[in-house]
Amino acid sequence: MFDVEKIRKDFPMIMNHPDLIYFDSAATSFKPRSVIDTVIDYYEHNNCNIHRGDYDISFAVSKRYDDTRKTIARFINAKRPEEIVYTYGATSSLNIVAINFAKKFLNKGDVILTSEVEHASDVLPWFKAAEQSGAIIKYVPFPKSGRFDLEAYEKCFENENVKIVALPHVSNVLGFIYPMKQIAAIAHKHGAYIAVDGAQAVPHIKMDVQDLDIDFLSFSSHKMLGPAGIGVLYGRYELLEQMDPVFYGGGSNARFYPDCSIILKNTPEKFEAGTPDIEGVLGLGKAIEYLEELGMDNVEEYGKQLAGYFISKLEKLDNVTVYNHGAEAGIVTFNVNGIFAQDAAGYFNKQGIAVRTGNHCAKMLDQIIGVNETIRASMYIYNTKDEIDRFVDVIKETTLEKCVDSIL
Amino acid sequence: MMDKEIKREIMLDHYNHPNNKQTVNDERYKSVHNASDSCIDDITVFMLAEDGKIKDVKFDGIGCTICTASTDIMCDLVTGKDLSEAKAIINEYYKMVDEKPFDEDALEEANAFDTLYQQANRIKCGTIGIRAIEDLINEYDK
Repeated sequence: MFDVEKIRKDFPMIMNHPDLIYFDSAATSFKPRSVIDTVIDYYEHNNCNIHRGDYDISFAVSKRYDDTRKTIARFINAKRPEEIVYTYGATSSLNIVAINFAKKFLNKGDVILTSEVEHASDVLPWFKAAEQSGAIIKYVPFPKSGRFDLEAYEKCFENENVKIVALPHVSNVLGFIYPMKQIAAIAHKHGAYIAVDGAQAVPHIKMDVQDLDIDFLSFSSHKMLGPAGIGVLYGRYELLEQMDPVFYGGGSNARFYPDCSIILKNTPEKFEAGTPDIEGVLGLGKAIEYLEELGMDNVEEYGKQLAGYFISKLEKLDNVTVYNHGAEAGIVTFNVNGIFAQDAAGYFNKQGIAVRTGNHCAKMLDQIIGVNETIRASMYIYNTKDEIDRFVDVIKETTLEKCVDSIL
Repeated sequence: MMDKEIKREIMLDHYNHPNNKQTVNDERYKSVHNASDSCIDDITVFMLAEDGKIKDVKFDGIGCTICTASTDIMCDLVTGKDLSEAKAIINEYYKMVDEKPFDEDALEEANAFDTLYQQANRIKCGTIGIRAIEDLINEYDK
């Protein structure tokens, strides 16, 4: 396992806010010095556009930009770097898949299988895909535990022409790791494709797209120590080859003619019209190197330990309800009994603790866990058991009066 | 400035035992729904006004302490007032949460929120119901 105290020193946000307990990494993570330096270095020493300049700096940065595809491919074990498309983030990746998949592969009456308990980004693009293609949205039923039910899932294929399954690998609200290998195998057995939202998974667990045998994977850099504004769409090469871009413009075409014909560049460049987020790509590459150095097995194990430790402490309190017993990926979802989540979070804020409340972009989740608002504490590699202890002490003492006092 | 103890009491009282929290199924009432896009607060306000005077205001929905208490207090404050008087009260309230000089006398129990401006992330909670009430006043004042 890694040395957390040493890790903490790599993060300027932690050094600059030594008393802040930041438990909102599922929203966005802090960035280590090496990533920040990479972005600054680009602006201070290597500012240029890529693939367009006839000069040394542009050539060198273009190579680093292209090589980062290899880094990402290695990180998720893609077969080849051409399967890595740079996007603006997981949401943009998911939209590219949904919109273009709809265009190419969906027909009237086909079924898109997704889940009601997930993030809007997993669901809304598919609403639009269904609207465009005449396909139908169906939801995988979830038990009250919030755990993935493989049997219920496989039943969804009976008498239905399921064309694509769109699910996250890790639940954004409950932090459960879904059995993606089996989910993908069942989808393929029934002739469906599988598009995976990896926004909460890729930062926390070892990802192997070949072993999982998934067709698409979307994720964001900013949740995994990298800069915001850059994300990745992994796609099986032969599927990306068949799909059209969403955006057209410079950088994505090889030639075009007055008769409106376009010769696009190859996959993945054809998806990347316009000047990309160059410093974001370089920063993401650095973030991956940082995670690889820690070892994703260790990162996964640590997230599980933190969540397990936190939940075991909360379970001992009689003023708290925990909604995700056994959560794996650093996420703990709970309420302080009798206190509206946002009131509790306002009090935590006064105590220097940053969490998120609400329905966490999963506006249909209340039907499963029975409440429409929770506190989500999400932890990452730089959080400590000591922070959990301090947080639990605050939670223990939280009363409605104190919450009200925090605004007086 | 209102005493902290009193403010706490007012807020908890209006949160735990709101005077005006109920859905109205009466065709004479107009209603406006207002929900936060960043949190769960989700309020519907029902108003009955006649001859330029507010006869009754009720609200229902899901809200935190600030949202529930501020809406309930404002329902109390504007009931029985002329539309123009009610508008003036709401304007004083907005001034208060915007950290501007305001007329304390006009706001009565709503003075409990006189330090809300210090919590930038909660100002929205304290204005969701109020905006719905304001919309209804404007609707009647057309």
